[in-house]
Amino acid sequence: MLAYIVRRLLYAIPILIGVNLLTFALFFVVNTPDDMARMQLGVKRVTPEAIEKWKAERGYDKPLLYNGAADGAEKVTSTIFFEKSVKLFVFDFGRADDGRDIGHEIRTRMGPSLAIAVPTFVLGLFVTVSFALLLAFFRATYLDFWGVVVCVAMMSVSSLFYIIGGQYLVSKVWHLVPISGYAGGPDAMRFLLLPVLISVVAGIGSSTRWYRTIFLEEIGKDYVRTARAKGLSEPTVLFRHVLKNAMIPILTGVVVVIPLLFMGSLLVESFFGVPGLGSYTIDAINAQDFAVVRSMVFIGSLLYIVGLLLTDLSYTLVDPRVRLQ
Amino acid sequence: MSLLRVESLRTFIDSADGTLRAVDDVSFDVSSGETFALLGESGCGKSMTALSLMRLLPDAGRIAGGRVLLDGCDLLALTEAEMRQVRGRDLAMIFQEPSTSLNPVLSVGRQIGEVLSRHTPLRGDAAKRRAVELLDAVGIPDAPRRLEEFPFQFSGGMKQRVMIAMALAGDPRLLIADEPTTALDVTIQAQVLELLGDLQRSRGMGMLLITHDLGIVGQLAQRVGVMYAGQLVEVAERRAFFERPRHPYSQKLFAALPRPARRGAGLETIPGSVPSLAASFAGCRFAERCAHAWARCRSEPPSWHGTDAGHGVRCHLYAPGAAPVDRAGAALPATPERDDRQPVPAPLLEASGLKVHFPIRRGLFKRTVGQVRAVDGVSLGLTSGRTLALVGESGCGKTTAGKAILQLIRPTAGSVRFGGEELTALGGERLRRLRGQMQIVFQDPYASLDPRMRVGDIIEEGMGALKAGAAAAERERRTVGLLERVGLSGEMRGRYPHEFSGGQRQRIAIARALAVEPRLLVCDEPTSALDVSVQAQILNLLRELQASLGLAYLFITHNIAVVEYLAHEVAVMYLGRIVERGSAAEVLGDPKHPYTEALLSAVPRLDAQGQRPLIVLRSDLPSPANPPSGCHFHPRCPRAMPQCARDYPTETRLDDTRRVRCLLYG
Amino acid sequence: MMPVVLWTDALVFLLIACAAGAGFYVGRREYLLASWRRVGESRAGMAALTVLLAFVAVGLLDSLHYRPRLDVAAGKPGGGYSTEVRSALDALLLPLKAATEKTYSAPLATHLYAKETVELPDGSQARLFPRLKHGGAHLQDAEAKWGRDVALRVLRGLALAVLCGLTFAALAAQLAARHWGIGRLAAWRRIRRGETRIAWNAVLATLAVLLLIAGPVASLAGGYHVFGTDKVGQDVLYLTLKSIRTGLVIGTITTLAMLPFAVALGIAAGYLGGWVDDVIQYIYTTLNSIPGVLLIAAAVLMVQVAIDTHPDWFATGAQRADARLLALCLILGVTSWTGLCRLLRAETLKLRELEYVQAAQAFGASAIRVMGRHILPNVMHIVLIAVVMDFSGLVLAEAVLSYIGIGVDPSTISFGTMINTARLELAREPVVWWSLLAAFVFMFVLVLAANLFADAVRDAFDPRLAGRRAALREKTA
Repeated sequence: MLAYIVRRLLYAIPILIGVNLLTFALFFVVNTPDDMARMQLGVKRVTPEAIEKWKAERGYDKPLLYNGAADGAEKVTSTIFFEKSVKLFVFDFGRADDGRDIGHEIRTRMGPSLAIAVPTFVLGLFVTVSFALLLAFFRATYLDFWGVVVCVAMMSVSSLFYIIGGQYLVSKVWHLVPISGYAGGPDAMRFLLLPVLISVVAGIGSSTRWYRTIFLEEIGKDYVRTARAKGLSEPTVLFRHVLKNAMIPILTGVVVVIPLLFMGSLLVESFFGVPGLGSYTIDAINAQDFAVVRSMVFIGSLLYIVGLLLTDLSYTLVDPRVRLQ
Repeated sequence: MSLLRVESLRTFIDSADGTLRAVDDVSFDVSSGETFALLGESGCGKSMTALSLMRLLPDAGRIAGGRVLLDGCDLLALTEAEMRQVRGRDLAMIFQEPSTSLNPVLSVGRQIGEVLSRHTPLRGDAAKRRAVELLDAVGIPDAPRRLEEFPFQFSGGMKQRVMIAMALAGDPRLLIADEPTTALDVTIQAQVLELLGDLQRSRGMGMLLITHDLGIVGQLAQRVGVMYAGQLVEVAERRAFFERPRHPYSQKLFAALPRPARRGAGLETIPGSVPSLAASFAGCRFAERCAHAWARCRSEPPSWHGTDAGHGVRCHLYAPGAAPVDRAGAALPATPERDDRQPVPAPLLEASGLKVHFPIRRGLFKRTVGQVRAVDGVSLGLTSGRTLALVGESGCGKTTAGKAILQLIRPTAGSVRFGGEELTALGGERLRRLRGQMQIVFQDPYASLDPRMRVGDIIEEGMGALKAGAAAAERERRTVGLLERVGLSGEMRGRYPHEFSGGQRQRIAIARALAVEPRLLVCDEPTSALDVSVQAQILNLLRELQASLGLAYLFITHNIAVVEYLAHEVAVMYLGRIVERGSAAEVLGDPKHPYTEALLSAVPRLDAQGQRPLIVLRSDLPSPANPPSGCHFHPRCPRAMPQCARDYPTETRLDDTRRVRCLLYG
Repeated sequence: MMPVVLWTDALVFLLIACAAGAGFYVGRREYLLASWRRVGESRAGMAALTVLLAFVAVGLLDSLHYRPRLDVAAGKPGGGYSTEVRSALDALLLPLKAATEKTYSAPLATHLYAKETVELPDGSQARLFPRLKHGGAHLQDAEAKWGRDVALRVLRGLALAVLCGLTFAALAAQLAARHWGIGRLAAWRRIRRGETRIAWNAVLATLAVLLLIAGPVASLAGGYHVFGTDKVGQDVLYLTLKSIRTGLVIGTITTLAMLPFAVALGIAAGYLGGWVDDVIQYIYTTLNSIPGVLLIAAAVLMVQVAIDTHPDWFATGAQRADARLLALCLILGVTSWTGLCRLLRAETLKLRELEYVQAAQAFGASAIRVMGRHILPNVMHIVLIAVVMDFSGLVLAEAVLSYIGIGVDPSTISFGTMINTARLELAREPVVWWSLLAAFVFMFVLVLAANLFADAVRDAFDPRLAGRRAALREKTA
């Protein structure tokens, strides 16, 4: 068991290195810092001096991989690769292209992101699993049929419309909560309600349908017939036997995203003006701030790998076959 | 008054091909303390009958009519809530596949406790004590500890015992056992059948036993009902049924069984296949395949005719006034068997010291910490025109041995000489050319043909892979020839495998192997997925091909009856090693090794005389990853001596052909 | 005019060629035909397919590009070609495209949505809603005649639709009658009652609904802006129709781009195992671990930089926008092949143990041969299901990405750019709702049809579902 966890952790290292090399290639090799400078400064009026100045301010004026001009260890460390990519491994994100400390931004913006993402995740999982159980319980009836129809229809609506429509109806027409904005403390509730609600509703269609398929697959298995042959009632069969087995495939998809909740939601945060990591990312993309995007790529990958590890661990909680072998 | 009375039960299943009449007017009854066996081939509706009694049909199924009276109470008239009171308390059921029928994530104790809390007033410690009693009763050692364990920690036989314990927890008056031992090995089957018989006698339960195996019927049942195409065609006392089956279908079932007495002769077969249950029948459902059918059989469905006490048949032959017919099947002419004492030519295949080990990797860096010794020193020889049966239970390594001989799995050690060439040393092109001379026929006719290829392409595949250059027209001519050779017609080559029945598919698989003109055919359980009547067709075909082409067969099987019928020589395998080998007559007639003895005694026999006293083996097959010290068999051996735990016995030559590995003979 | 084949056009044509080839292949294989026939039996599936084909028709028209010849009068010697690339759809919708207003106008309006200071004929100035240049410009007295005119046009459109519908019905009955060798009326009754193998009645009903909508819209579009105009006065109907091609291209070309990788790598990883498997698993775990949006953002930004710094690569703006569209497809492909690859690897692992594969190995067949002849045909149904299921997701993804600013070029008309420019309009007073609603309706219909069709295909090709489906049909019937 311990060896298993350690092996998974070790396996994460080459993946992180791979991610790092890939982003490095994408950000510095495919397009040179010169290109970036030209883009930031505007293609039209750009002088070589302005480019050099821009690069020097942000530390992009060093060689990519090997600095022949420096001495000793600096030949390797005083390079873009070391400064910008290797340092990510120790969570040294450096400064954004606008000069702000990325690490600090990430720390302060994590809170609002989690304040939206965690309730959304918990509520969403509860609602969709309940709906799916309901449909599975009434399988092959009109309720199930129309439930699936509604799910497919809800899946077919772009999440943009959920947000725009929700904001319009709830905030503009009914004036129930503020359209956007964010505040800490007890006031946060008013601002969080709508984004959480919209995110949950937007996810109902596809998740419910997916969980329903899983439940139906489990219901078709032999052990369910055995349970019924004991004289157990249908709800008992569903909750005691089916649900526990269905949790195994459900966990595969769900646990992996838990660490990624830190990253927040791009769309919701940007629409509702929440100062989280999601809107930070969008702003960085729009401002073409490569330093921030690079840092977010690294954090995202790291969290994903943590998610994979958590998934493996969660199996041991629900599946005795994994736990005891 | 009988415990269970089923009256004209009809169960329909809605499918894409229309409504299947899976159970069509079935009536029978079962008394307390009696075992009634429903016998039939796959798809005859026997399992659907059982599920209808429990009202546990699949979503597409529905009961269309009839009555099911349990102690006079009509189960079909109960509400679902009332029916749930009956299930598990009055009526319990065990299923065919113990490995999927238990909930994998709940402990065994919880799954048994569920029945107790549903149907008995027992709770808490009292319930736990009762669960321990139940596990004891079904012969699970160390019950208090095992209650906490999960199904995957039990072996197949033990799981089936847990299923039985669960079924008994509500103290049912009638137990339905749906093919309870089909998924188990012969020695385990013997244990479970004995247990079921004992429990049924001691509790005075009624038992409805569903099976396809005449041997099990003979061992366990008091009365028998034979089902064909959704209907009961014959009901009789066991003795009367075995002495003189009346329905032509029942007669054929007996005649198609491979038996030593039929060695050298062809087996009787039933032509054609079971009709689709979606069809509506004008006459008798068996008429198309019946040797005795006449015009009336095709135009008028036969009604039920009682003959002697308790014996009834659904057949026009027994209608009052029907002309008496010769009801015994015509004996097939015996083809002379090859003389066993011909001068033995040089062996075609010789394997010695063959080992296949799979590494077990564990720990941080997946280091190899052990070996699964799937095949651990197997030596055997085979000459052209002869059949060597490699016999053993599942997990003993017989299939792996077969594949290692063909070099489909590269052996870890040992030598395989084929026609004088050492195969283990060969590679690349030379091995490829030799592959044409040794082919394999697999167990599952549904998995062994590529569903996306036409039959003609399947058969030509080998020719293409091995004998590139043959002209297309020439290949096609040969394909037609091969199809006809295995009893199919040439125009079938344009069709796809799903259009064929299991038996026809197995014929195609044989034709595919023959296409490259092999000298050795490894048959890996080629008939174990087939019904008895179809098995007979395939065995006949294999015998005939051997006689005309001089093929050597390495016949891998667990079915002793087939071995008795077909094999010239027998090698018995246990945990990766051959424990006994010799000519078929020697090994099967006078087994020397205690394992062989136990194996043979566990096979249910039709005739009481042939039945050896049952030797029930203790416990299960150990894991080949961690075999017992000394003789691998000693923990289960009824005749084990202290030294058996220390030394692995060397091979003892009893005579020219006979070898055994046992310290009793050392 | 000078025909122009944009990169995406070429790929669209390639896709059509592939589809035709696949159709030919399927037609000769009974087991595949049987599955497709099951799709044909599904009413919802066939209705969805009809809607999809209508969208595809619009998209194809919009994929035939050309550069119109400039008027010689424009002064160039010998005449040149405009740098503006047009499509056949543009030519068809030229009146709509050209009929730009000053700014917002509501659907079917005759006046602008915003008050303007207008100089009246008598020289005085007034703030009022000025008349539109094109919408309802043919009416002398807009207030009095508007209702009558609109009603008349709707009726005319409906009549046309009914006429077309009847023609179709008659044609169908005629063909069916010939096929079965029975009378036309009897054939029509059979079609109507759904007594046909393929759900023709669903197709015809959907077609009728489409015609009944399209007829009045087309008729009205001759004189009005049916869906109004947007901020810069462009006709919203024209914009939504133009958006269709972008959605279709993203949904299909992306899949086409990633398919070879996913299939080849998935099968190779599953069948060959060993280090090949390790490497392929490493690659897709690494790619998967980068959050998709960020990888897309990074790649799109890179492409953007490359395009911006090399303006000389492209002769026209359309070609530049097209390059970015293609790049987006490729990038989406790179991020989305891992899912299918993993599915195929798992399936191949199962197939590898099957006896027919071992039988081929017993003949000494090479790994390539086994993968090509035995594995590939037996995983194709998974590939097909994945392709149709992915389509709707990609269409939705385009909108989100374009909204974030890493989607298509801002000059490319797409649902995403439409929503992006219109998203603040709901905050206006009074509310401008029509652009969003038009984008919503078209996108919803397209994605819903794709989802329903994908369900039908999955049901027909996934053998595990076959039994359950029959049961469900019986119970719900």
